[in-house]
This record gives sequence, C-alpha cells and structure tokens, in this order.
Amino acid sequence: MTWQRRIIEWKVILMSEFKVIGKAIPRHDAWAKVKGELKYADDFSLPEMLYAKVCRSKYPAAKLISVDISKAKSLKGVKAVLTARDVPRNETVTKFGQSTDVRGGFEGLYRVLAEEGKKIRFTGEPIALVAAETEEIAEKACSLIEVEYELLPGVFDPEEAMKPGAYLVGEKNSNLINEFGCSNGDIEKGFAESDLIIEDRFEIPFIDHAYLEPEAGIAWLDDYGTINIRVSTQVIEHFRDVADVLNLPYNKVRYIGTMIGGGFGGKEDITVESFLALLALKTKKPVRLVYTREESLMAHSKKHAFIEKYKIGAKKNGEIMALEAHYIGNAGAYTYLSPWVGLYATVSAAGPYKIPNVKIKTQMVLTNNIYASAFRGFGANQANIGYESIIDELAVKLKMDPLEIRKINCMHTGDALSTTKQVIKTYVALPEVAEKAWAGLGEPTVSKEKNIKIGRGLAIGQMSYGRMTFLRDSSRCYVKLENDGSLVVRSGIPDLGGGQASLLSQIAANELGVPMEKVKIYNTDSMLTPLAGTTTATRQTYMSGNAVLKAAREVRNRILNKAAEVLNVNPDKLDLISEKVIVKYDESEYLTLTKAIQACNSAGIELYSEAQFNAPFSEIPDLTNMKGMTFPDFTFGAQAAEVAVDIETGQVKVLKIVSCYDVGKALNPACVEGQMEGGSIQGIGYALSENYELQKGVPQTLSFAEYLIPTAMDSPEVETIMIESGGGLGPYGAKGIGEPSYNNIVPAILNAIYDAVGVRIKSLPATPEKIIRALKSDYFKK
Amino acid sequence: MEGYPIELTINGEKICAKAQPEQSLLKFLRENGFTEVKCGCEKGDCGTCTVIMNRKAIKSCITLAMQANGKEILTAKGLEKQALGRKLQESFVKYGAIQCGFCTPGMLMAAKAYLDENPEPNKGEIRNAISGNLCRCTGYKKIVEAIYDVAEENYRVEGDINV
Repeated sequence: MTWQRRIIEWKVILMSEFKVIGKAIPRHDAWAKVKGELKYADDFSLPEMLYAKVCRSKYPAAKLISVDISKAKSLKGVKAVLTARDVPRNETVTKFGQSTDVRGGFEGLYRVLAEEGKKIRFTGEPIALVAAETEEIAEKACSLIEVEYELLPGVFDPEEAMKPGAYLVGEKNSNLINEFGCSNGDIEKGFAESDLIIEDRFEIPFIDHAYLEPEAGIAWLDDYGTINIRVSTQVIEHFRDVADVLNLPYNKVRYIGTMIGGGFGGKEDITVESFLALLALKTKKPVRLVYTREESLMAHSKKHAFIEKYKIGAKKNGEIMALEAHYIGNAGAYTYLSPWVGLYATVSAAGPYKIPNVKIKTQMVLTNNIYASAFRGFGANQANIGYESIIDELAVKLKMDPLEIRKINCMHTGDALSTTKQVIKTYVALPEVAEKAWAGLGEPTVSKEKNIKIGRGLAIGQMSYGRMTFLRDSSRCYVKLENDGSLVVRSGIPDLGGGQASLLSQIAANELGVPMEKVKIYNTDSMLTPLAGTTTATRQTYMSGNAVLKAAREVRNRILNKAAEVLNVNPDKLDLISEKVIVKYDESEYLTLTKAIQACNSAGIELYSEAQFNAPFSEIPDLTNMKGMTFPDFTFGAQAAEVAVDIETGQVKVLKIVSCYDVGKALNPACVEGQMEGGSIQGIGYALSENYELQKGVPQTLSFAEYLIPTAMDSPEVETIMIESGGGLGPYGAKGIGEPSYNNIVPAILNAIYDAVGVRIKSLPATPEKIIRALKSDYFKK
Repeated sequence: MEGYPIELTINGEKICAKAQPEQSLLKFLRENGFTEVKCGCEKGDCGTCTVIMNRKAIKSCITLAMQANGKEILTAKGLEKQALGRKLQESFVKYGAIQCGFCTPGMLMAAKAYLDENPEPNKGEIRNAISGNLCRCTGYKKIVEAIYDVAEENYRVEGDINV
C-alpha cells in the first residue's frame, strides 16, 4: 500500500466519524423529557371533556345476576352509564396486532364487560362504565351501581384446576387452554446413560410490570364521526379490535399513540381503549380515563406464575445426557397471550445447551386470578430460571465450576436448539459471553463481618428477538427528503422508552448523511403513519430498523444516481456524508445535498419511499412436537452476580452485576447499555422482592408500598459488556436486547445465594423469611 | 369551580387560583396546567410528583394544595431558568439517564433539592437521596452518574432564583 493510499484510507475512516450509527447520541426526545414538555396520555385534555370510571367486580368467582344502574344514571353530572348490553360486540377474540389469523386455540375470549347470567372470573373484572362531568362524580356514580352476585367457589391453583371435576373458570368444559410439547432422542435412554440425575420443582409467582405511568387515554369523535383514541399503548394495531367491539369498519377507528411511560408488555393488550371508545360514541363528547395505581395493579395483566418440574441427567464429566421439563403456566382468568407465552417457554426450555435427549411439556391453565399475558421475557425467562438453577445444582453435585459445566454443554455457531432443532445460522457468542461475565466480577469481595456471607452466581441463556415466524411479521416505514435537506420519517412505531422512535431517525440520518437535528419522526398514528407492528417481542430494532433502512436506501440510491450524472462519476464512487454527496478518496469534488435534491426535483425523481420489511415466514408447526424454525434468531447473553447474605436476618444485598451480551451491533450504545442496566435491576426485583400476591383470587399488593420494586438503594452498579459480532439480522448486524437483557439475571442471583450460604431458593422471590427458614433447616445442621 | 383562593409562586411567577380543601397539591398543579408534575401513585410511594417547595423536595400528591399557600414552588419547567437546574437537565441528556421519561421530572427535582443542600456528595449519598423516586427503566446507574457529574462541577451560581 502506498503512503498516499494509506492517507486516503485514513480519511475514509475519519469521514465515518460523521456517521451517527454506533454513537451514543442523545435521543430526539431527551430535551422534551427533561424540560417536562412531553405530553403523556394523561397530560392531554379537550374542551367539554368527560371523566370515566370503571365499576369492577369485588369477587374472583361469581355468577353475575344483575346490574342495576338506575341510581347511578340519575346522579347529577352523570352523562352515561354502560353495561355489557350497550356494547355492540361484547365478545370478540384477543389478538395482539397480528394480521394473520392463527386459530388453533391461540385466540382467546376478549369480553369487554361482564355479562348478566355469565361467570365473573377475577377480582377487578369490569362490569360497568361511567362518564361524568368530574372524576369525583364518576367515582360516586360507580359506587351507586348495584351489582348482584351469586358467589361461586372458584379455583386458584393451576394444578387443582386441571384435576377432573375442578371448578370451571369459564364457559368451556376444561380449564386447560392448551398444551405444547417438544421431544428429541430417547428420554429414558438418556437418563439410563446418566451417572447423576437431579429432579427439582420451582415455583414462580405472578409479578407486575410496575411501569410508573398508569394506563391512560382520551377518546373523541372527529367532524366525520371517526373515533380517535389518544392512548399509551404498545400496539396501535388494536384499532381493529376496538372497531370489532363497536361493530364499525376498521377505517373508522384511529389510534394516536403517545410516548409510553413504561410498558414491559403490560400495555400490549387493550387497556382503556374499548371503554373510552364506547363512552365517546355514546356521549359524543371527549372522554378521558386514567387508572389509579391501585386499579392499574388490580386490573391489568400480570406475568404468568409458573410451576416447573425439571429432571436432568448427566455423566460424571459434566456432559448433560437428558432433560425433561414440565411447565404449568397459571394464565389466570382469561386466555389473552397465554398460548404464545407457553410456546416461548417450550422452545426455550433446554436453554442454549446441546442435550441429545429432551422432552418438554407445557400446559397453560385458567384460574380465578387476574389474567396473565405479556411481560418482558414472555415465558422464556421463566424457563431460564428453571434450567439455570438445575444446571447450577448439577455443577455443585459434580463439584464443577459453574462456568465449566456451561462450557462443556453450550451451543456453538451452527448448532441447533435442543428443543425444536432449529439450527442457529448466525454467530453464537458462547461460551464467550459466559467467560466475560464471570471474569467481569473481578476479585471477590471479602466479608468483614461474621454474619455476612459472600457468594457468586452465573447464568446464561438465549432469547428470541422478533416474533414467532409462523405469525408472518412485517413492518413498514416512510422516509422523505425535504427540499431544504431536512428529513421526514413516518412510522407507526410506539416508543416504550427504549428509544425505538429515535433509533429510526438515527438509521435514516446515517443513510442520508443528515445530522440528527434535521430529522423529524412522526410516529404512532394508526391512520397516518405506515404500520410498523407492535413494540413487543424485542422486534422493533430488527423489524422497523430494517424497514427504515430499506426506505432510506431507496432514496439514497436515487440521490447518488442523480449526483453521479452531475459529477460525471460512477455512483458506487459516491457517498453521502455531512449533507454532501462526496466522491470517495477525493474531497475536492462534491455536490451539496440540497443541490442534489434540486437536481432530482427538476428531473421528476421522487425523494420519498415507503418500504416494507418481512421477517422469514414459516408454517404453523405441530404444537405437540415442535420442530424447525419458530423464531428468526436469538440473542445470547450471560449475567453474573455477587451477593452478600446476612445469615442472621436472611437479607440479601446484590453487590455487583456483570451483564454480557452479543448485541450484534450497538446502534446507539447508550440505549443498549440503558436496556442492559435496566433489565438487570428489574431482575433484582424479580429475584428478591416482587410478588403479586393473591389470596383466593383477591390481590394483596395493590400499592408500591406492598408491591416492592428496586429503589436506587437496592441497585448495585451494573457493569455492561457488549460484544459486537455483527451477526444479527437487524440493520448493520444488530440483534435485539430489550427482553434478553432481563433473561438470565434471576438465576444468577439465586445461584449466588446458594454459593454464599448453601441454600437453593426454589420459590420466588427469595425473601429474607425464606432464606432464614432454609438456613435453619440446612445451614445450621452442617 | 368553588373553592378557596390561594396565592403561590410557581417557577418564579405569582399564581392566584382556587383550591379545594381536600385537594392535593399534585391535582392543583396539574389542573392549572403544570402537567410536567406526573401522577404515578398518589400515595407518596413513587416520587414522580416531586416538586420543590421552599427549597425542599416534597411529594405533591401527599401535600395539600392549601399547604402551598404563600409558598414558592419549582417544577421541572422552571429548572431551565437557573444554573443548577439547567446543568442537571444537560447532564441527564448527556448521560442518557432518561428512558421512558415518566420519572424524569420528579427525579430532577429530587436531585436539584439535594445538590442545593449537599453540593459535593458521593455516589452512595446520591443513591440514598433519590431512593424515594422510583425508576423502572434505567436501573438508576445513568441517573446517579448524571447527578454525580453535576455535583463534581459544583455548579452553584450566585443569583439563581432561590426556591
């Protein structure tokens, strides 16, 4: 290489400094947030607006005999009181924005309001709706609604609910929603060939998303009678479901999504929208509904409680020969997304391990508890808690290092999942992530007090990004270069706080050589922005990222082709950087972006594009023995924790967390780190304090004083290690990180507790009481 | 609407408006257009409604509007007008201490009131100071770093609006 050539190469590298991908740049909405200017769902009002309240069931299991609204209706200031009889289609099916119908027991009953003569299934089930001039009047009116119930016994435990003759939660003759399975090799032979077999049972409770913004929205009719709903939701595609409820054509209901004050899956199902639409249609006035915290905790979905029975067999050298798992998912009162959660758990059940003989069974079961649905991790991380605990136990019994046993058994690039046999064609960063997370803990902390014991734990796992492939997912995005060189991006993408919308701006800016300040994204309008699909399933960077990349590159190519004519060079010699079309390796020749735009305009060349990205599609598998591709790809990661356990009080303090993931490419490292830090801390809550407790279907933790999420004082510093293999299916080789970042932290902490004091907590959360009780029976005997 | 007139200063401006005897300061502020004060629980548990009243960070959901009569209130929208507030805003943006942003206005107020009292805290003290303000997205690390960075610069400037 000549020295001139070398200088030119350096210049190209320097020019890449002007690119915005891979940089920790502030999000487009950061300033609006610190200034308090951003209008969340609850911050918006309209003239003549009415206030709504929901009358809810006091009992978890009952027959609804009658609902008398006459007193409520006659209260001064009340504008409407609605019951199931006023809902055009009170019963439809739950969807989560998918455009393909899957059927086969996947879509459960969506009942807007409880119906007279039918069963009430959970405490807090909506019975009637009120709209009134003030919030106080609406609340008073709710208390005047007279509801007559015939109390029924109900069933609250999923194992009880599956027994013959059990109380039936719904109208069907079984409480079993569906059953899934996976089987490979010969499970009996596998156990026969094992030197050591361990069996265990784990119990995982319901937990709450505990986003800080309660559910909120406002609905109004526009000049043409179209229903507009401005709401905090992860899924604007629910406009179709609301139209179904109202018996209206799909183009007569419009969703305008707001910035979401946290979702984590809890704003994936419909929350306030159907209620708002019904009341707005009835009163012809704008109506606002905001849940109180108590109502939010009582009435929105929870993360599935799981009972997990595991059996694992291994040879003396640590080689795992067989794994059998039986999951019982407590779905609560209605189906919602339970079948999908069950599928995720089934596919994930053997972890990122090569195990020749595997048998998995998953049953999702109705009970008279609050319904469970989507939650960050979506079944995969309940599975992770089970397999990472039992593999840790295996290491203990075999007197092996936790890292060693994982290295012996983990998958590598080109290996297949042991459950579905889906071959992972992208880079598998194992055991690399495990080694780095484990080493990242550094020198062990030395306890200075006799009662404080220090321990360390490791957990690894795989979590999908993008939806199950037989859902045939797609996303759309629009990009337009304006005459002044500013850039318009339009996308239906809801922003959960992960920076989803900002990321699309960043990708478009990068491709078109425009600074971030000159990009304006218009997002989350079901009628005016191209539908991007749901902000769920860790799919937006992958799906909408690729859609915006495709649209931006189409515009970019048109600009470069035109500029090539003007500059009289080959288009592949050109690049778009810092608002200039430059000739690579020759900085003297360039065309400003605005000149290039003018040239395109004069030639009638369109400078906008709307593109659609489709995920790989597959057929619906045999659900009792799933085989082949069910997900586009997976993110592999590891988390390691160091804890201090006080053997006098049972108190656990997490001292350090190291989180290491192959993120493919960190498109905005600050956002990726933010997910990895936030995911780890949310996991501390899951491991140590969070428990949405119900007693015979009656919720016991309806405030943040009872439902305990981590505070700044509970949270150690999280060290994040990002591996950028470039092997992802997202733009520039990115993988998804939203859900994966939360996937392995719980067992890492549980394994650390075991390492510290020798007790294995098998029922979450690992409260001081449980640890003390276990210590008394185990530790002091030793 | 009926009620009793109260007079208070919000972000340096005198406001005279009617309040109900049982009304919380949070509801009063939001009804008067200060929607940057967020409502996360109305029980004093989450801290999203934190404002500064006469130099102290308080949870406006468990403070009566009547108690604010004659007082000086600072909310996130008033932060820009003074050096420490502006510095905190810049630092939160720079460190990416914001995800969904719902806890951010309250978090900024807790941080501002604390740094006014303790200009040079360590990170542990900062964690303690914001432990009444929940954040579900970030894991707190970037928030603590953002506040610590401002503390390090010790950005107290004479002539701030003193609230």
